[in-house]
Amino acid sequence: MAKRVGLEVSLACSEAVKLANVDVIAAYPITPQTHIVEHLSELVADGHLDAEFVPVESEHSAMSACVGSSAAGARTFTSSSAQGLALMHEILFIAPALRLPIVMAVANRSLSGPISIWNDHSDIMAERDIGWIQTFAENGQEVMDLTLHAFKVAEDHRVTLPMIVNLDGFILTHVIEPIEMPSQEEVDAYLPPFEPQQKLDIANPISMGLVGVPEVYTEARKAMLDALEKSYPVIKEHWDGFAQQFGRQYNPIETHHVDDADTVLVTMGSLGETAMTAVDEMRAAGRKVGQVRIRLWRPFPSGDFLDAISGAKTLVVMDRALSPGADSGPVATEIKSLIYATGGGPYVADFVAGLSGRDVTREDFKQMVDKAEAAAAAGDPMTFEMWGVKE
Amino acid sequence: MMLATEALKDFEKITPKKIPEVEPFSQGHRACQGCGEVLALRLAAKAVGEKLIAVSATGCMEIISSPYPQTAWKVPWIHVAFENAAAVASGVEAGRKALIRKGRFPDDGAKIVAFAGDGGTADIGMQALSGALERGHDFTYICLDNEAYMNTGVQRSSATPYGAMTTTSPPGKKSKGQFTWKKNMPMIAAAHGIPYVATASPAWHIDLMNKVKKAVTVPGPAYVHIFSPCPTGWRCPPEQSIETARQVVNARIFPLFEVIDGRFVLTRDIKKPIPVKEYLKGQRRFRHLKDEDIAYIQERVDADWERLMALVKATNPETGE
Repeated sequence: MAKRVGLEVSLACSEAVKLANVDVIAAYPITPQTHIVEHLSELVADGHLDAEFVPVESEHSAMSACVGSSAAGARTFTSSSAQGLALMHEILFIAPALRLPIVMAVANRSLSGPISIWNDHSDIMAERDIGWIQTFAENGQEVMDLTLHAFKVAEDHRVTLPMIVNLDGFILTHVIEPIEMPSQEEVDAYLPPFEPQQKLDIANPISMGLVGVPEVYTEARKAMLDALEKSYPVIKEHWDGFAQQFGRQYNPIETHHVDDADTVLVTMGSLGETAMTAVDEMRAAGRKVGQVRIRLWRPFPSGDFLDAISGAKTLVVMDRALSPGADSGPVATEIKSLIYATGGGPYVADFVAGLSGRDVTREDFKQMVDKAEAAAAAGDPMTFEMWGVKE
Repeated sequence: MMLATEALKDFEKITPKKIPEVEPFSQGHRACQGCGEVLALRLAAKAVGEKLIAVSATGCMEIISSPYPQTAWKVPWIHVAFENAAAVASGVEAGRKALIRKGRFPDDGAKIVAFAGDGGTADIGMQALSGALERGHDFTYICLDNEAYMNTGVQRSSATPYGAMTTTSPPGKKSKGQFTWKKNMPMIAAAHGIPYVATASPAWHIDLMNKVKKAVTVPGPAYVHIFSPCPTGWRCPPEQSIETARQVVNARIFPLFEVIDGRFVLTRDIKKPIPVKEYLKGQRRFRHLKDEDIAYIQERVDADWERLMALVKATNPETGE
């Protein structure tokens, strides 16, 4: 039976990895990911988790060792943040090309410079196009649940792709929350042992990572793209299965009061909970405001998103990373291109907010909504603003 | 700790009459004529046999062996990137170790060997290699040293010998060619205190195979540095590859030795060395060198040899070798 415990969210992530009975963890320490790997190394040292903990000398080697371990047929986990994730960059593209179901928790943090250890999404937005399945957690329970779900999806033979669970650094990683901790029996019933479709095995030799000449490179990339797109129904299926096993339902797009909303806030990650409170308060004041939370970032659930915002006149997108030189942040850019294809759609206001852990309050969300509605009513060009810049 | 000494107690040597017939690395690859590197690779693969799991760094040997949908590898093989062969190999080792311990995979006795060139070892792959050696993974790392970035068109690496012409160390009015002395990778590997380090040359193919076999026999990390002539990059005739690989040893430029549990063993004593000039003159990458440059090279080669002899003596006190 599940039990309710008070646990730091990083430790909840580690406990999920332990419940998944992972075989190999290869990791390098970086704030704010450290508590995740520290706790995993403790679990291994104390014999609670039978796994190899490979204390590599860099994140580049962490991801490289994960590729080797997964190719050997082992269930493999790592975790990183910011500069560490950036150092993995080269190898992140290769893991899905080799169809290796590595699971990684990214404790989201600002990329340098200037160097800053606090939370935003600039690290993961720089890795948007790596070909991994990516989800975003809003709270500690979701970190635990999405981590278990990640192994289930990644290793499904219809998918066989690596998967990232994003959790906001400090805001989630270093906060103690009440967590429903599933039992080992419950997890075992949900998540069977990893059965790789192919592995490095002298009894059945295969070559992995061959040269892709121009005659085959395009087709190899298309095959990877198809695999990512085909993962969508499996991701949903395993969230439904998760609900049956554990009683908590997750969806690619989560909605809050969108049905009759004129204005919809779009959030991703932990600030969605603050936004939800702001929406409730605005509702109480009689304003038709709703909220869409993006849980599945890659593959982007386009249909679900368009359905969720179909009645909205104004979208207020909160981006937590810059896309320098573009006319909006990465999330808003994505949404605008999606809406453009529909031939109509709402006014989109984009606010880049909460960079490097700067607070975004309920009041901020209300002011964003005011500003967006006024700009939409005035027929202004679509808003793009870095929120709260000190003059 | 005498890990290697213990493991090699009953070592069964490969002899001219007992050369393994197995060819884990098959013919039909796309290497240049006279390539000393692919020969070294083939001999190493033969020495390990069908239990080989190979990890290749990006480079000549990876490119020439794996143009999709073809592969020259008859054993499990993985290539990921340039600088991370040692890290990938350590992951393969860790994954197998966990699965075998948990009873989910049979202990098939497979031998994990990482192959990389000199650039992938001495330059961009140094950090990953040092990490993997330091962590003590049970694997062998083979550096196939052709003394420059040949795959990209003969650019200098830190393993390029002093004075050599490459496309990024061209001789000119203000340049003698490569301006640095060759980085001593075997000594760097040995400094990690790993059980087994060796140097080898394809001109002594039985010795090469035995060293690779020893490397995969000892538990823990092993490092083998193989001199691998590149006629294309060194501007020498393809039929001179083996001769070049012999001269470099006979000139004491590339000594053949082992480091077994920290003990230095000279595997080929060169009592009457040929002058380094004999070695240098056969390759057009050195043809711009003047007598004074060659004298400088001779001096440093002699000094390096003396230092190696001192190490042999210091680590073999009982025999006085």
